[in-house]
Amino acid sequence: MDLSFDLLGNAIVSGILLGGFYAAVSIGVSISFGMLDIVNIAHPAFILLGSYIAYIANTWWGVDPILASVVVLPAFYLLGVGIYSIYEVSFERRGDTSLRGLAFFFGLLFITEVTLVLVFGVDYRLVEAPYIGPSLHFGVIELPLRLLVPCLVSLAMLGTLQTFLSRSFLGRAVQAVAQDPQALRLMAANPTAIKRVAFGLSIATASIAGAVLIIIQPIEPSIGRDYIGRIFAIVVLGGLGSISGTLVAALTLGIAENLTATFYGPSWSPAVAFGILLLTLAVRPSGLFGRA
Amino acid sequence: MSDAALLEVNGVGKRFGGFIALADIEFAVQPGERVGLVGPNGSGKSTLVNCICGTLRNEVGSVRFAGQRLEGKLAHERTRLGLARSFQLPRPFTTMTLAENLRVPILYAVNVRAGHAMVDVEGRCNDLLRMVGLAEKAHRLPRDLTQIEMRKLELARAMASEPRLLISDEAMAGLSHGEVDDILALLLKLNEQGVTIIMIEHIMRAVLAFSQRLIVLVAGRKIADGDPQAVVRQQDVVEAYLGS
Amino acid sequence: MRNTSFIALLIVAAAATFAAMLWVGNPYVFFAGYVVLQYIVLATAWNILGGYTGYVNFGVAAFFACGAYSTVVLHKLWAPPLVVMILVGGAVSGLIGLGTGYLTMRLRGTFFGIATLAMSVVAQTLITNWPFVGGSRGAYIVRPAQALYLPLDYIQYLCLVMLALSVLALATARAIEHSRLGVGFATIRDDELAAEASGVPTLRLKLIATALSGGFMGMAGAPLPYYVTYLDPASGFSLSYAVNTIAMPLIGGTSSWLGPLIGAVLLGTLQQVATVTISSALSLLIVGLMLVGFVVAAPNGIIGWFKPAARTSMRRLRGSR
Repeated sequence: MDLSFDLLGNAIVSGILLGGFYAAVSIGVSISFGMLDIVNIAHPAFILLGSYIAYIANTWWGVDPILASVVVLPAFYLLGVGIYSIYEVSFERRGDTSLRGLAFFFGLLFITEVTLVLVFGVDYRLVEAPYIGPSLHFGVIELPLRLLVPCLVSLAMLGTLQTFLSRSFLGRAVQAVAQDPQALRLMAANPTAIKRVAFGLSIATASIAGAVLIIIQPIEPSIGRDYIGRIFAIVVLGGLGSISGTLVAALTLGIAENLTATFYGPSWSPAVAFGILLLTLAVRPSGLFGRA
Repeated sequence: MSDAALLEVNGVGKRFGGFIALADIEFAVQPGERVGLVGPNGSGKSTLVNCICGTLRNEVGSVRFAGQRLEGKLAHERTRLGLARSFQLPRPFTTMTLAENLRVPILYAVNVRAGHAMVDVEGRCNDLLRMVGLAEKAHRLPRDLTQIEMRKLELARAMASEPRLLISDEAMAGLSHGEVDDILALLLKLNEQGVTIIMIEHIMRAVLAFSQRLIVLVAGRKIADGDPQAVVRQQDVVEAYLGS
Repeated sequence: MRNTSFIALLIVAAAATFAAMLWVGNPYVFFAGYVVLQYIVLATAWNILGGYTGYVNFGVAAFFACGAYSTVVLHKLWAPPLVVMILVGGAVSGLIGLGTGYLTMRLRGTFFGIATLAMSVVAQTLITNWPFVGGSRGAYIVRPAQALYLPLDYIQYLCLVMLALSVLALATARAIEHSRLGVGFATIRDDELAAEASGVPTLRLKLIATALSGGFMGMAGAPLPYYVTYLDPASGFSLSYAVNTIAMPLIGGTSSWLGPLIGAVLLGTLQQVATVTISSALSLLIVGLMLVGFVVAAPNGIIGWFKPAARTSMRRLRGSR
């Protein structure tokens, strides 16, 4: 283990950038699990969908992946609305969310992955953009633009969401529906409609997350599974439903993972997230920032 | 505190984050007593029940039942000791018939107490159902029950564990005049059979008809404890709960 | 029907099945049959936890593969008889189940589900980094040509073993259903809080369920190295095991031992046919679609088509012991 300052410093910096990206990947589940109590383990599949769409746009029409993801944002939103409608009718109304609701999302995850394999095959796909490749240098610290740009985009997305949730009426209704659906009804807002909006937003974030994912790393259909652990570790550690908590937890995970990969080898990385998750569940299930 | 007290609540306190739900709750219940527990919504009555029965853990104070400290004892252990409660919103086992619902406490509480000896499960189920007047619906599912029937099932299931102390949590809420009398009669009959009962209710005429003693909880604190007729005339009780 | 009569019936059915397979003679019947039987055990095991108590286990792969890898370890150490390896595999996975349960079952059911997913990845990572069992490059296990004490080809012997495990799993599931334990499991599924208040020791029962469920999955995985002869983490921990194991009881029906059996036989056979005729990826897609379809439209599974309010049958519970 070569504890040189350069290596350590760069590992931490990259970890921070990675963490920013992880926040984008997790924010959707922070909304669906944290605020709506919907365990959408299929979220990584939707992110991958976004990645492949960005890939197509980039390869066929030379469009910048992030731009492409913004364009398809409404489609993802509608997808989320549609899925929530099915979920609500099939499971929430029947009160069967824990077993069958979970199995539903598990099935969706699986169907998406297999379909992507059938359509795109298992080869790695990547995109091309002017910011993939060059790095900024600050002394011994290197900031790859490949990591920096996604991190900045993620922060922008999180900032937008936070503003929406705390300033707009719709946003505050979303926060309210998590805490007190009854009061929401008294305000003449329909909780189901609000939840639809929230879940739609949750899936919409997957569009952007997918674009930044394929910028950071080449993709193939099965990598979604690597992200389930990361996402839930972050969401649980950060405290359900807290955006700032999600960010802090994501940064923590990014740094922890990168340090592990740098000093112990990348084959241990998948265990870091899940290890953190199991630890959090065992020791402090409400997370760092969460309400009990 | 008398040594013969069945239930002793000593300085119990409970907080949720920054919110103090219960503070300094202190009272004792004697065997065979009929105690009423009243207070405005949000005063901590259900929280108190949860702390006594083990669903929640109180950070401060202790609870003793039949001389035993309840600290660290899980809810099911307390039930096996003889402490039972009904839930404010009935929580029947939805995929089981009424008879099967009643079997659960018999199998898991009474049976254990009897040292796993053969217990006449069927017989006791039928007795309980007959007592609450649900014998004909023994093989129906809870979703086929009316509101009051659900409440009776809830009480019957609590009684199935053959408790020494039963806490009835707002079993009469939202019922009609006659239905209230129904439940009242049931609780009185149970008390005659030797069950100590704490009744939590908002319906004052039932509380006064039932209680030998009345405890009033307001904002997590006990503000009155004594003869029901005297308590309801107390100034602070009138102001905080009953209204002028 | 009493439990002993049921077991006798199962044994007769199993013997008849084996006799039929021998009569057909084609070795493919045994290769395909092994997989279907393996899924009967997996689906039944999963249902003991998922169907009876309502706790979803996504980490099927962890329990299954740990059973398989414990066989690899034993094989490399001193190669005991298969029966011993099965028992060890069951014990290892049972303990893992117990551990996972203890860590997470004081929380809500959904956390348990996520934790099992976590477990799966942690286990896979550990095995991938363990050179003794071959790490990511995998391990080769030589399949003996013949069974040791019986006049059977080894693959036929494996099928016989899996048949025995199926009988064991199904008998256990049914015994649970008709016992006080089954009543307790059902209360956990219906309303855990009310169950506790009724005297049910929910944590203890949940741990029993996870240990049993994990143990059987481990036993189902223990013979795998001899079946595939080459085992690597990617295939041992394949997600298809989890999807199939979860889909089968949900499609067959979770309320009784019959559901996983129906689901496993139906879906397992369908997949074997589809893998040969179309492609394995497509057959998996079909499983996924069926899972989602059934979960949305037919929540009581195939059993639910025949029994209106299907639920764990406890009517025949006589007295108590």
